[in-house]
Amino acid sequence: MNYETHEHDVLVIGAGGAGLRAAVEVSAKGLSVGVVSKSLLGKAHTVMAEGGIAAAMANVDAKDSWQTHFSDTMKGGKFLNNWRMAQLHAQESPDRIRELEDWGALFDRTPDGEILQRAFGGHTYKRLCHVGDRTGLEMIRTLQDKGVHSGIDVYMELTIFRLLKDGGKIAGAIGYWRKTGEFVVFKTKAIVLATGGGGKAYQITSNSWECTGDGHALAYEAGAELIDMEFFQFHPTGMVWPPGVKGLLVTEGVRGEGGLLTNNKKERFMQRYDPKMMELSTRDMVARSIYTEVKEGRGSPHGGVFLDISHLAAERVKKKLPSMYHQFKELADVDITREPMEVGPTAHYMMGGVRVDAETGASTIPGLFACGEVTGGMHGANRLGGNSLSDLVVFGRRAGMGAAEYARKLNSFPLLDQGELEKAAKDMETPFQRSGDENPYQIHRELQESMQSLVGIFRMEEDLKKGINKIEELKHRAAKLAVKGERTYNPGWHLVGDLKSLLTVSEAVANAALTRKESRGAHSRIDYPNMDEKFGKLNVVVSRKNGEMNISTSPVPEMPEELKRLLAENK
Amino acid sequence: MPDVTFKVFRGDAKGGQAIDYPVPIAPGMVVLDALHYIQGYLAPDLAVRWNCKAAKCGSCSAEVNGKPALMCKTRLDSLPTGRPITVYPMKTFPVIKDLVCDVSWNYDVNKKIPPYRPAKDGRKIYQEDVDRVQEFRKCIECFLCQDVCHVLREHEKKAEFAGPRFFVRLAGLEMHPNDITDRSEFLKNSSGLGLCNITKCCTEVCPEEIHITDNAIIPLKERVADRFFDPLRWVFAKIFGRK
Ligand SMILES: Cc1cc2nc3c(=O)[nH]c(=O)nc-3n(C[C@H](O)[C@H](O)[C@H](O)COP(=O)(O)OP(=O)(O)OC[C@H]3O[C@@H](n4cnc5c(N)ncnc54)[C@H](O)[C@@H]3O)c2cc1C
Ligand code: SF4
Ligand code: SF4
Ligand code: FES
Repeated sequence: MNYETHEHDVLVIGAGGAGLRAAVEVSAKGLSVGVVSKSLLGKAHTVMAEGGIAAAMANVDAKDSWQTHFSDTMKGGKFLNNWRMAQLHAQESPDRIRELEDWGALFDRTPDGEILQRAFGGHTYKRLCHVGDRTGLEMIRTLQDKGVHSGIDVYMELTIFRLLKDGGKIAGAIGYWRKTGEFVVFKTKAIVLATGGGGKAYQITSNSWECTGDGHALAYEAGAELIDMEFFQFHPTGMVWPPGVKGLLVTEGVRGEGGLLTNNKKERFMQRYDPKMMELSTRDMVARSIYTEVKEGRGSPHGGVFLDISHLAAERVKKKLPSMYHQFKELADVDITREPMEVGPTAHYMMGGVRVDAETGASTIPGLFACGEVTGGMHGANRLGGNSLSDLVVFGRRAGMGAAEYARKLNSFPLLDQGELEKAAKDMETPFQRSGDENPYQIHRELQESMQSLVGIFRMEEDLKKGINKIEELKHRAAKLAVKGERTYNPGWHLVGDLKSLLTVSEAVANAALTRKESRGAHSRIDYPNMDEKFGKLNVVVSRKNGEMNISTSPVPEMPEELKRLLAENK
Repeated sequence: MPDVTFKVFRGDAKGGQAIDYPVPIAPGMVVLDALHYIQGYLAPDLAVRWNCKAAKCGSCSAEVNGKPALMCKTRLDSLPTGRPITVYPMKTFPVIKDLVCDVSWNYDVNKKIPPYRPAKDGRKIYQEDVDRVQEFRKCIECFLCQDVCHVLREHEKKAEFAGPRFFVRLAGLEMHPNDITDRSEFLKNSSGLGLCNITKCCTEVCPEEIHITDNAIIPLKERVADRFFDPLRWVFAKIFGRK
């Protein structure tokens, strides 16, 4: 078959903060770059980020430094992080923020005209640069406009469903235009995966529809290694009512600005769990505390707890948290300047992902690079708020550089394997030829229910095994799905592809969770409630061997002495 | 809970018709919830564009009971009860399928706007500078203002008229404290600013409550007049950052 074909030195899959930053970098190096995204430009999940972007700029707390940011990140990640990523991140994020400002971004200011920074959970100092509570929008518009005017080719509403290799190395990818349903082939020397997370595996999530873990699955299928997949962050504060918005995020900025958590006995219950940090404890801790309060009968009417910011002046709330104000007013009939919100945990962020080299974003497959939420390592067992947006720009740039350098060294384009290409196209098409009544939405609902109840905040062996069996059953049913209707903009067909990714991600999360027989960060085992030093030295690795999911462990990279000293000093 | 009938446009560029779907109602439900129900149980191939379901991304624009709106922000209890709710795609843009239309024209317009260029020794930015442009930078690109503006909707002047969304963007750039690009030529000759006759329909429909007409369009119109009548004053203002 002849397919529409495009050629780029580097193909970036994903147009969130990470993908756009990577593309800008490739283009700055003078190479041709294409960016694809499942949605329209500017709609990627990054647009929803609210609270801010972390960087030790020391504008508000003069004592802040990269060293403290590094220590906070490692502590938050329960020392499972890739130390080099955490170090580069802490050192480079201030420059990346200044660069965003050079490109036209505007952040809130201190009285003497520096970028203002706010407090956030797990950060020792006031560190989050922000603009009200729409930091992600500011970032994505800035990068979007920078990208558009740097000569990047953007392919909107195009979904990639297979990476193609030439021998061992990356040669291209195949996808389809949502608008027409037609296939498109990309010939490329290098690929940067920047596809974001996979929260749609859970029933209650803050994530948008795109977050189906496609990049995790594409990389896994291509033979790359995934690490830390057992660590799924449940954000402590999602909306719990009305039903249609269950899971929608309530930014940590509310607590950063002084919001208080209480139960139905009007107790500030964080006193019981983390009296030192209280509301600004790390997310894993606050999420577990809320879960426990609700389970023990001290919850709010709709099964959450109360989060109250009404003690601040109404004008201040509206100025610092405008979208929260509107979100509650319009969707839940709650005026947060007068009454408390009801909140509960929501699946939010994947710490796990493609294993990459810290300096270049290179995966274990030659020519395949990755950055942003699709990668693993940077955040260890638990991510601190605000450390994702900074991760996107620090490692977006690095992956862009890494991919550009790799592409430049290849004299010619690798060859596409026609057989592989045809097989990918056929796999994608066959659901139209099948008949049957199974509905892809039904399978998605069942997966979300199982992940929520069996592979959620608290886990135990029996549940995890049940979950794995359920995923296996769903995989078989999904492989037989029939699609109705035409190829043009058919969400049912799209979901068949998304489900494939979601099932792979879910299988990886459940198996990795079963392997880690301890509780650490976002991973809490009822049957192994304590941290185990042995597991503190290991990353769980997921990869594909002979068509089957293979789980192994590998030692956490050893930190140099000077950083160990630094951590000891900052205890 | 009782069912409500949704009359949803099904079809493509060649034509189509509204189809009835009964949807069970839950408290606090929005129009997008109803469409998800239809997709999940009645019509898996119903094309709808959405991302955040939180009124933050501007993807889910459509015409609900004839009124341009974000579907994820339109509560059913804000609509009249006892009769069907109609959902149609935005009228100003060509339909791709069902509720999804081709909005790529907007992206082409955006590319033509002379981009941000920072002053070499950018001056210090204060909160008041940020506050001044904040309003314009809130835009979520839902294109509802483009949908409703008669210059585009009735008169189809897409070739000559950038539309309210891009006047907002232009205002944001022009009032940026550190920008030095001269857009007066573009504003006067390419943006079609003169075609706007200040009906304010765009302002009324904006989900971000941006005062498009009063705060973006009118100051831009004044600037064009100033610039072309009094270039010296403009240069003066540029240098001192009070554009
Ligand atoms: C509500 C909310 C608030 C948040 N607030 C903050 C915050 O304040 N601070 C912070 O640091 N972090 C925050 N986060 C986390 C942070 O926003 C995300 O982790 C981050 O934006 C992910 O960015 P990304 O570039 O990796 O991916 P995304 O922004 O998710 O973009 C992924 C891109 O990949 C594309 N894509 C995916 N699959 C395919 C495919 N198969 N083919 C083609 N394209 C594909 C998508 O279309 C999209 O363009 C928040 C998250 C949520 C949900
Ligand atoms: S005020 Fe101008 S831009 Fe806005 S709708 Fe009316 S004519 Fe269009
Ligand atoms: S100005 Fe308002 S109505 Fe227009 S695109 Fe932006 S947010 Fe939408
Ligand atoms: S889905 Fe994002 S604005 Fe409605």
